[in-house]
Amino acid sequence: MTEESAREEWRRLFAAAPMRTGKFTTMSGIPLAPVYGPDDAEFPGLYPYTRGVHASMYRTKLWTMRMFAGFGTATDTNTRFREIIRAGGTGLSTAFDMPTLLGLDSDDPMSLGEVGRCGVAIDSLVDVRDLFAGIDLATITTSMTINSPAAVMLALFVAQAEDTGVTRDRLGGTLQNDILKEYQAQKEFVFPPRQSMRLVRDTIAFTTAEMPKWNSVSVSGYHIREAGSTAVEELAFTLANGFAYVELAQQAGLAVDTVAPRLSFFFNAHIDFFEEIAKYRAARRLWAKWMKEHYGASDLRSWQLRFHTQTAGVSLTAQQPEINIARTAIEALAGVLGGTQSLHTNSMDEALALPSEKAARIALRTQQIIANETNVANVADPLGGSWFVEELTDEMEREAEIIFAQISKMGEGSMLEGCIRGIEENWFQGRISDSAYELERSFNSGERVVVGVNEFLEGNNEDDLATLRITNADEHKQLARLNQVRADRDDDQVRTALERLSREASDPELNLMPALIDAAKAYVTVGEMMTALAGVFGRHVEIPSL
Amino acid sequence: MNVRVLVAKVGLDGHDRGIKVVARLLRDAGMEVVYTGLFQTPETVATAAIQEDVDVVGLSMLSGAHMTLAPLVVEALRERGSDIPVVLGGIVPPQDLDELRELGVAAVFGPGASAEEIISKINGIVSHSR
Repeated sequence: MTEESAREEWRRLFAAAPMRTGKFTTMSGIPLAPVYGPDDAEFPGLYPYTRGVHASMYRTKLWTMRMFAGFGTATDTNTRFREIIRAGGTGLSTAFDMPTLLGLDSDDPMSLGEVGRCGVAIDSLVDVRDLFAGIDLATITTSMTINSPAAVMLALFVAQAEDTGVTRDRLGGTLQNDILKEYQAQKEFVFPPRQSMRLVRDTIAFTTAEMPKWNSVSVSGYHIREAGSTAVEELAFTLANGFAYVELAQQAGLAVDTVAPRLSFFFNAHIDFFEEIAKYRAARRLWAKWMKEHYGASDLRSWQLRFHTQTAGVSLTAQQPEINIARTAIEALAGVLGGTQSLHTNSMDEALALPSEKAARIALRTQQIIANETNVANVADPLGGSWFVEELTDEMEREAEIIFAQISKMGEGSMLEGCIRGIEENWFQGRISDSAYELERSFNSGERVVVGVNEFLEGNNEDDLATLRITNADEHKQLARLNQVRADRDDDQVRTALERLSREASDPELNLMPALIDAAKAYVTVGEMMTALAGVFGRHVEIPSL
Repeated sequence: MNVRVLVAKVGLDGHDRGIKVVARLLRDAGMEVVYTGLFQTPETVATAAIQEDVDVVGLSMLSGAHMTLAPLVVEALRERGSDIPVVLGGIVPPQDLDELRELGVAAVFGPGASAEEIISKINGIVSHSR
């Protein structure tokens, strides 16, 4: 028997995949193949997946246009969610306000001025109910961008779905739940790293057992990049964090093939077009190789790195904000040519405020133009085989491997330990701020041009863009709602639920999800649950360094 | 004498890229910079500024809470009998500028501010208040 060529193997997979309707020709009528390359090339859908995780890529299904939204009260955000669905958005992604991200109630003294400002305020099950009112959680997938209180938010989400008759096994979506990058980059941490990892372990174990359609962790390079890393650092730190979660689950007795298929990734799409595309290609190849060779995964789905992309917030300028539409379009195109599974496009006004409804719609339209007008979605990995892109992909892979070796050395062979020690020793944080500083210097010296910032300044003073204003009225509304929740609930139930949570938190062998879901159903607030956990886990304080 | 600056993150906003980059640029310009870390309150900032005997306090806010928190830092300093000027950088919409100035914020640097502008404004404010 002769061995099947890569092309034949690809063809077999492609033939088995469903096709979306569409005309797969150029505008002149030239027919387009689903993928190009010699018979022995790498092919999409085949290990190591450099060219895409699916054989048919966007011929089967376009990427999910997942727009991130959240502001004010749950009712305000619910209105925006419905607008997104009406406008053709195909997935939801929830942005929470700072108090919620840090596990504080809206009436905590530290929450003053922050309630509903840069995301939606969620205090209890009542808010989650309003957030998803009229939205069928069994059909639309939901992503929740939250980390320190991720387990608490998952509990609230499960409680809400079950209230509306949707059982947990039918829920599809993603919990960001990537606590490592919080210490490294985003800095919305509550508990010390090792205690936080216990909650991550609990959510992975719980969703693996009870929520088969749920992505337990969205391993996120986005924030690492936004905090200032280079593309190579984003690639390497993110994948290293992914390896750490796999090792964490293995320590808890979960097999790599149970856990890895439910990890998804989240990358930045910055303005350096080809480097971004090479980054996504290298990420897929690295993940596949490491899952197979280092962690012994044998399920194909463990090898396949699926990812969400968001265009780069930091690339947006406050000067001449309309030109950000062009930046975002170019970045989004890189995400698509790099084979992303879902995409958020930033709005032009985000260097100034949260997006206005009009700006958010233009951002979604940008994706729709790429999807429907440009024809780029018809051929998988269209840049594969380019000498330039292939070499850049290989080089990013090599540089990431060097960083993996450094992290592994810090952890004496363990990526999990290496990531935690790297955080405790400020290694990641230091590298990220060094890179941010170097980039800033190149802008200041004029070595790098940013249109509207250090060149092409005419038009900088015409500032007539209407931005979204969030008033203190939202904060007052939210406080009134929270007071009502506290008045209406059964205090004995609340006390019992919190006592159980503290007790179970003290036993590291136990999974905290059942206790959290019961607390959510008793209208215990996010702040109350997090305070109970902090009583056992303690709180993390970062040593300030410049 | 070198200009001494306390840079601070007040409230819950964890975005620390901007403050760290600006702090280094101020050092490059010969200033002495103190950073007290994340999640500070107006009171802890005021106390640290007075103890460190700084010439200016620089706040960094990207979460939209500046209208509430920046004036509280000014107030906390004044309550402690200090007239140390407070400047603010971050995502601040232009509509907020006049009110912030009325509430005692000496300068605001929006997302488009250059290093040069920040350094020269701080030098100007300090030489004026010394």
